[in-house]
Amino acid sequence: MVVKVYGPAYGSSKRVLVCLVEKGIDFETVPVDLIKGDLKQPDFLALQPFGVVPVIQDGEYTLYESRAIIRYYAEKYKSQGSDLLGKTIEERGVVEQWVEVEAHNYHPPIYNLTVHILFASKLGFPADEKLIKESEEKIGKVLDIYEERLSKSKYLAGDFFSLADLSHLPFTQRLVSEMGKEYMIRDRKHVSAWWDDISSRPSWNKVKHLQ
Amino acid sequence: MALKLYGAPMSTGTTRVMIALHEKDLDFELVPVDLFAGEQKEPPFLSKNPFGLIPALEDGDLTLFESRAITAYVAEKHNETGTDLIRHRDLKESALVKVWKEVESQQYDPAISPIVYQHVVAPIRGQSPDQAIIDANVEKLGKVLDIYEARLSESKYLSGDFYSLADLHHLPFTYYFMKTPYASLINERPHVKAWWEDISSRPAFKKVAEGMTFGDL
Ligand SMILES: N[C@@H](CCC(=O)N[C@@H](CS)C(=O)NCC(=O)O)C(=O)O
Ligand SMILES: N[C@@H](CCC(=O)N[C@@H](CS)C(=O)NCC(=O)O)C(=O)O
Repeated sequence: MVVKVYGPAYGSSKRVLVCLVEKGIDFETVPVDLIKGDLKQPDFLALQPFGVVPVIQDGEYTLYESRAIIRYYAEKYKSQGSDLLGKTIEERGVVEQWVEVEAHNYHPPIYNLTVHILFASKLGFPADEKLIKESEEKIGKVLDIYEERLSKSKYLAGDFFSLADLSHLPFTQRLVSEMGKEYMIRDRKHVSAWWDDISSRPSWNKVKHLQ
Repeated sequence: MALKLYGAPMSTGTTRVMIALHEKDLDFELVPVDLFAGEQKEPPFLSKNPFGLIPALEDGDLTLFESRAITAYVAEKHNETGTDLIRHRDLKESALVKVWKEVESQQYDPAISPIVYQHVVAPIRGQSPDQAIIDANVEKLGKVLDIYEARLSESKYLSGDFYSLADLHHLPFTYYFMKTPYASLINERPHVKAWWEDISSRPAFKKVAEGMTFGDL
């Protein structure tokens, strides 16, 4: 069964897609246009009531929330492709911890930056400069803690690539490329090496340009 | 080896973990961290969580922070004791637990926490509540609850006809929220109201709720 993934152009959907590639799961993509309001149409809302991408269809399963979907596939196909969860329950706990850190500490400010730097004019509202400044400061503080962590282990959850690292790919890519803030990564030696490592994975190279 | 939970009995993150530990019938020691004295930002605690936030759990050699990571770890490690909070025997049920756990974390929490913060925490810190923030989030939360209402008209709990971490994670913030003037957002939606009454009457939560006193609430 081929997994159908909606909205391949957007960061949260790319989080799912890169996981599917790591696990060697076949997929097809269904483009949707956020700017045109596709996500607020009744047929889309019937699939994803919150009106955001991603949503996936896999046989009789319809699932949404990117971090739920990646956990589902990483568990279901534990021994296929890259193991993204760690070998023991304890390692899995540490993976969960850093996935939560991404979701609660890293994502909110980087999402604000994405919306206000890249999408505000397309969506027809003024960029909030104060929010942009505050968000950048918050990301900087989180990256300082990552720098310390990554001086002790190669990846966030330990010496193995996991969902925790993978979850950072889509929006960090936007930060270093479209947003022109690569210095935030390069100013931090260990974060910079980690970024080079995770962003050069074949899975990410395959997914990053999907539209 | 007894579990050690570093936190405070009125903190939403700490209580999220405590409720799960009670559901699992696990003994633990609550090691108090004094938020008002700023202990969470001081070296001994910072070595457990560099972000300086409670809670953190110690289980032998392992230290974990982030409340939802801790509950997931505990529920998986002890999947044969107490309430099954992750439906580990059924792939489809466990997938839906994952989805609704994320809905809580990504849709519900960002809307409800600023309301509770403005209403409860700001006054304690001597700030006046910012009504614009409250209003914007009341609107956001209302939309999320409309989706919950539809969902809970089809199944008793968020992930299906079983109680799970997805429901449990809602307890701490909703408990404080129900003491604010905006509680009607829950009470005026019959299925959401019935769900709230059900999950908040579980013994594992009632034990924890006794310690949840905060300011005037
Ligand atoms: N928590 C959701 C967030 C998804 C999300 O924010 N998606 C964005 C694109 S990256 C979106 O669809 N935005 C449309 C909107 O907010 O109207 C997830 O991780 O799946
Ligand atoms: N996402 C974290 C949030 C933890 C959090 O916000 N903890 C609060 C108490 S509930 C805290 O430690 N606040 C102290 C501070 O901000 O300095 C979790 O779920 O564990």
